[in-house]
Amino acid sequence: MLGAVFERARREKRLAFIPYVMAGDPDLETTEAILLALTAAGADIIELGVPYSDPLADGPTIAAAGQRALRGATHLRGVLALASQCRESCAPIVLFTYYNPVYQFGVERFARDAAAAGVAGAIVPDVALEESAELRGALGARELAMPLLVAPSTPDQRAARIADAATGFVYVVSRLGVTGAGLAPDFAPLRRQLASLREVTKKPLAVGFGVTSPQDVRNLGSLADAVVVGSALIDSYAGTRAQSAAARVRDFVAPLIAALPIS
Amino acid sequence: MSAPDARGYFGDFGGRFVPEVLIAALDELERAMTAAFADDTFWDEYHAVLRDFVGRPSPIYRAQRYAADVSSVPLVMKREDTNHTGAHKINNTVGQALLARRMDKRRLLAETGAGQHGVATATVGAKFGLPVDVYMGARDIERQALNVEVMRLLGAEVHAVTSGTQTLKDATNEAFRVWAQRVEDTFYVIGSVVGAHPYPFMVREFQKVIGIEARRQTLERYGRLPSDVIACVGGGSNAMGIFAGFVNDAEVKLWGVEAGGKGLDGEEHAASLQAGSVGVLHGSRSYLLQSAEGQVRETHSISAGLDYPGVGPEHAFFKESGRATYVNVTDAQAIEAFHGFARSEGILPALESAHAIAFARRLAAQRDADDLILVNLSGRGDKDIGRC
Repeated sequence: MLGAVFERARREKRLAFIPYVMAGDPDLETTEAILLALTAAGADIIELGVPYSDPLADGPTIAAAGQRALRGATHLRGVLALASQCRESCAPIVLFTYYNPVYQFGVERFARDAAAAGVAGAIVPDVALEESAELRGALGARELAMPLLVAPSTPDQRAARIADAATGFVYVVSRLGVTGAGLAPDFAPLRRQLASLREVTKKPLAVGFGVTSPQDVRNLGSLADAVVVGSALIDSYAGTRAQSAAARVRDFVAPLIAALPIS
Repeated sequence: MSAPDARGYFGDFGGRFVPEVLIAALDELERAMTAAFADDTFWDEYHAVLRDFVGRPSPIYRAQRYAADVSSVPLVMKREDTNHTGAHKINNTVGQALLARRMDKRRLLAETGAGQHGVATATVGAKFGLPVDVYMGARDIERQALNVEVMRLLGAEVHAVTSGTQTLKDATNEAFRVWAQRVEDTFYVIGSVVGAHPYPFMVREFQKVIGIEARRQTLERYGRLPSDVIACVGGGSNAMGIFAGFVNDAEVKLWGVEAGGKGLDGEEHAASLQAGSVGVLHGSRSYLLQSAEGQVRETHSISAGLDYPGVGPEHAFFKESGRATYVNVTDAQAIEAFHGFARSEGILPALESAHAIAFARRLAAQRDADDLILVNLSGRGDKDIGRC
């Protein structure tokens, strides 16, 4: 499912666009309206966040979005139901979930229900390479992808092993720290890491954490295959609901999508 | 006492469930720790600091009156309350600060609940000339104003954490996030036997001095081993420290006392091992208090140091293997022990330690003069004055 998406973007000589949305923030109706708006605007893949009480990899924006979703009692089961409901009408969905909700749900059951809901894969930021075999196996058996993350602190040899094990794409974290708007001012380390990954893998490279502006997207054009935009997108509609949230999302992503073509 | 396996597991518990950005730092820490642990000069310096700065060995002391009405069993206290900064926490922060210096890290980072670990980290930061940032829940900052002032006097910067429950759990989340940002020059000093591998093992090794001393002292003074060793368990570092001295003595029963709060029937407690289920929090697989959906629950204990939804993975392993038994003491019982022990022994125990003391009295009723109960009196109670 994801391979075709990246292939199409490559043919169209542009980056693929992967927006991140927290499911249930502040309610699932709003999330559905946003998913439809993102799809209509041209999102290639949508990362759908599963609310969690202790999101270690997330900065204030996404952590707060998760808290709003939890106040509305959205959990993994509800997120899967939403994904299932949108399977015909939305861009391919990749879940972004911490491990504990999956562990409580049951790894096998999670893979089965995610496949039944039509999602394309799952990103689990607190499951690094060494702990990933069971989940990767369960998802892989149903042809669901499990992209793994590479960080600026990841040594090259390890990055190569991660790229080898990742499925769907390799998620390249742009800078140290947690999710949140703002790239590192110095692009050189990221450029070096992407170049080094290119030498060891043919899998698509998606850059996330901090991608905020059309200029960021243009800067990444010749280096990566996709950009992930999360916190900045959530900031654009936080505090609104349903169609009004969807309208803000459309306004926010239009210039980002316009910046995708590789010049 | 064994080390965890290569992936950091004690049986089914432990591991490394953290974002990729931290993995290289954990690898670096593990390498440095392994080298330091094999180096006698490292331990020589650690023990010299414990002797001259912390005041070790801490004494053992037989409580004569506290349980005399229910039993003739000798009730012996390991006096971690006599340490510099008033609790066992400093044993660990001395070790981690020495390791940080060896690794050439420039800053220390810590989470704290009651403030004891924050104070212990601020103390070694001052001693070794390393700047310290402490993350503490906004609610805990209100509840533990004295410790906040002490940390500031020692030169540490105390950051209020306003997310989530605004207590230790969220302070720990925030410390992990800050570490992810400053991972190159900052050493994260975790305060208990929790977190991702190698922290649970490393912190146990730095707290093991409690059990090694206590075993020797008990043999010297009484010519026998204790029948029972009791310690309170939040994250579980003082318990793992004293247990480590006796874990190979199969005849010694090990008891961990969790915070029963307002009782295990409801949700207002912090008894992860007795009322929780297996899950992943703060980097390792262990028992935790959580909802059916895997959301980590808010906990309650009168004692801020036990008010934590998780517990160290090695305790989970001891629970499963049966090597230790875990029980609980409620807020009311702990407060009663706090007052009773102060009046009968002339020692104000920390509310955390008062949980262990309350259970010791309960157990004493089933023991006699041939037995010997050893209790880890993990900290002093000055910080709790006015709270009970």
